Amino acid sequence: MTDDDKSGSEHQPGELSGPHLPILNQPSTRRTALKAVGAALGLAAFGRAVSPLWSIPENVSVDEFLQQHYKELSEADKKKVFERLEAETKENYGANVTISDPQPIPGVRFGYAINLSKCNGNGACMEACNKENNHHRGVDQSYIRVLEMSKGSLDMEHGTTTFDHTVPQDDKFYMPVQCQQCENPPCVSACPVEATWQEDDGIVVVDYNWCIGCRYCEAACPYHARRFNWEQPEIPAEEVNPDQGYLSNRIRPQGTMEKCHFCLHRTREGRAPACLEACPTGARVFGDLNDPDSDINWILKNKRVFVLKEELGTKPNFFYFFDS
Amino acid sequence: MSMSSTTDSIQSPVESADLIRSYPGFLWWGLGEATNGGLRFYVWMFALTAISLVGANAWAHQVAEGMIVTNMTDHVSWGLYIANFTFCVGLAAGGVMMVIPAYLYDDEEMHKVVIVGEAVAIAAIVMSTLSVVVDLGRPDRFWHLVPGIGRVNWPVSMLTWDVIVLNGYLLINLHIVGYLLYMRYLGRKPNPNWYVPFVFLSIAWAISIHTVTAFLYCGLGGRPFWNTALLAPRFLASAFVSGPAFIILVMRILRITTGYTAAPGPARTLIQIIRVAMTINLVMLASEFFTLFYTGGAHGASAQYLFFGSHGHYGLVPWIWTAITFNIVGAILFFMPSALDRGSVRITACVLCIVGIWIEKGMGLIVPGFIPSTLHEIVEYSPSLVEWKVTAGIWAFGILMLTVLLKLIVTVFTGEQGTAEA
Repeated sequence: MTDDDKSGSEHQPGELSGPHLPILNQPSTRRTALKAVGAALGLAAFGRAVSPLWSIPENVSVDEFLQQHYKELSEADKKKVFERLEAETKENYGANVTISDPQPIPGVRFGYAINLSKCNGNGACMEACNKENNHHRGVDQSYIRVLEMSKGSLDMEHGTTTFDHTVPQDDKFYMPVQCQQCENPPCVSACPVEATWQEDDGIVVVDYNWCIGCRYCEAACPYHARRFNWEQPEIPAEEVNPDQGYLSNRIRPQGTMEKCHFCLHRTREGRAPACLEACPTGARVFGDLNDPDSDINWILKNKRVFVLKEELGTKPNFFYFFDS
Repeated sequence: MSMSSTTDSIQSPVESADLIRSYPGFLWWGLGEATNGGLRFYVWMFALTAISLVGANAWAHQVAEGMIVTNMTDHVSWGLYIANFTFCVGLAAGGVMMVIPAYLYDDEEMHKVVIVGEAVAIAAIVMSTLSVVVDLGRPDRFWHLVPGIGRVNWPVSMLTWDVIVLNGYLLINLHIVGYLLYMRYLGRKPNPNWYVPFVFLSIAWAISIHTVTAFLYCGLGGRPFWNTALLAPRFLASAFVSGPAFIILVMRILRITTGYTAAPGPARTLIQIIRVAMTINLVMLASEFFTLFYTGGAHGASAQYLFFGSHGHYGLVPWIWTAITFNIVGAILFFMPSALDRGSVRITACVLCIVGIWIEKGMGLIVPGFIPSTLHEIVEYSPSLVEWKVTAGIWAFGILMLTVLLKLIVTVFTGEQGTAEA
C-alpha cells in the first residue's frame, strides 16, 4: 500500500511538495503493514464475492466476446460464427443443428393479416411458435399473445390473455398480437447499439450476439412484442428445431432480447410462417405487399382493415379485419 | 500553454513539467490520506466496504444465473435498478446546479460548499452508471456501447445520448475537483482559466444529463404515463430539491465529524432554492394529476394503478402516498422560519424530501410506466432480495467514494492532517 522509505513528515498546504508521503504521525512501518494486510484482505473478500463470475469464461468464448456486429461480418466470418454456434448447441443441448442466413428476397415486403371473425382463441399459433422458434420450454414462451376480448369493445383494457376455459365463448372474440413489423419501429430507434434493425423485406431482426440486454426496446415497443431471456432457455434435445436462422430461431443466449421475425428462415424460402401453418381456422393471411396479386393485397383491397394503435404513427405491416 | 494574458498566473514550461512530476506524489498522498483515520473512520469504511461486497456478490450471482433472480418480467422490464438510476442522475445534476448562485452572484462563501456539491455529483454519477451496468443482461458486451470500437446508435437512441452525457459529466467534474484539490495540495492559487470555464460547462451539462434522462422515458409514445412534456421540467425541479438537500445533510455530517463548516449564508441560499423548486415540483405534480384524472382513459390507467390501485392490485399505492406525504411535509418544514437555522427542522425536512423524491422518481415513475402493460395486462412488481442487495451495494460504494473525496477536500481546505474523520 505505502512505501517504507517515505518520510513520516506532514504535508503542509502552502509548501510545494514533491512526491513525499505523509504518514501522519504514525510509525510508518506499522501503519503501512496494517494497510497492506487490510488491502490484501479486502481484495480476497472481493475475489470471493464475485466468484460466481468465474463460470463466465466457460459460457462465453473469446471468439464470442470479440465477435463483431452482424453487418460487419464477412462471408468467411459468418461461416466461422455459424460453425461455432452449431458446435455450442451440440455441446449445450445435445442437438445437431444447421444455422443458415437467408437474405431478404429482392422486391418483397412482407405483410400479415388476421381475420378476427375466424380466430377462435384455440392458441395453436402460440404453441407452433414455441416449437418452431426454440423457445424456453419452462415458461411456454411464445412471440404471440392471444387476447380474449369482450364483444362490443376493441379496448384492450377489457381483454385478457390468461383465460383457460374452453373457446370460443359466445360473448367474446379473440385477437392474437405479435410483432407488428412496424415501418417506423420505435424499438429500432431505442436500441443504443444498433443490435436491432429493419431488413429490406420489412422484418425487424435482432443480432442476439450483439444485444447488450438493456431492454430499452422492450420499454419502447407499444405492442408487447419483445421478450427478454431472463435465463438460459431449456429445451430437450429431441425438441430442438434443427432448421435454424442466425437472425431468427436459433437458440438465444441468456440476457438478450428476442422477437417475432415472421419466421424468416421459412418465409424467405417460400414457406409460410409456423403460426399460419398451425392455425386450424384459416384466420391468418401472409404474403408480399408488393405483389398486387397476393392474398394479403386482396385482403387490403377488399376488407375493412385496421391496425393496432394507429395513432402512434408506427405504421404496422400487420393488419386485422372482420368478415362482412 | 495558456492563452490568457494574465501573466502572473501563467505556468512557465518548467513549472508545468514540475506539475506533472508532482502528480504521482499527489495521488500517492491521496491514497494514504484516504486510508488514514481514527477508529470511527475505519468502522465506517469497513461497514461500507462490507455492504459493497454483499452487492458485488449478489450481482455476480445475477450475471451467472441470469436476470431471473430479479423480480422483473417481460411486463415490468425495468425495476429498482433503473428507478435508482433516475434518482442518482437527479442527485448528480442537483449537486452541481447549486453551483449557479455561487458564480451568478459571485458569492465567495458559497465556494466551500460548491466543491462538496461537485464531490456529491461525482459519487452520484458513479452510482447511476453502476445502476445501468447492473441492469444489463450482458455486461460482458459493454464495449459495444463505446464509440469507436462499438457501434453506437447516435443520434437517434436517447440511451446512447445518456451514456455520452453521463460520462462527459463525470469527466468534467473529476477535472474540476481534481484540479482544485491538486492546486490546494501544492499550496497554489488555482488558476481560474483552468476551472471556471469547466464549472460553467458543468452547469449546462447538469441540466442536459437530467433532461436527456427524462427524454429517455417521455420519448416513448407507447407508454402514455411517461409520454408527457412535463417530465423533463419535473425532473429538473425535483433535482433542485434533492441535490441541495443532500448537500445540506453532507455539510451537517462534515461539521459534526470534522468541524468543516461554511458560514450560514450558503445553507440559507440552498434552502431558498429548495423552497422554490419544491413548490414548482408540487405544482407540476398537481397539474399532472389533474390531466391524468380529469381526462381519464388510457392515459389515466397507470396513474389510477399508482395512486389508487386498479382491478384489485394495489402494489404501488403505499409507495406513492408515502412519497407525497414526505414531499408535502418536507416542503412545509422548509418553509418554516426555523429551517433557516441549524437545527433538527432543517435536517428532518432534507431527509423527508430526499426519500420522497427517491420514491417519486423511482418506484413511483419507472414501475407504473409498465403497469398496465402495453396490452393492458396488469402484472405487479416488487424488487427481489438480489435487487435490494445490489442497490444497497451501489449506494455503499457511492458513499465510500464520497467519503474519500470529502476527506481529501476537508484535509486540503482546512490544512489539518490526520485528525479528520469523515
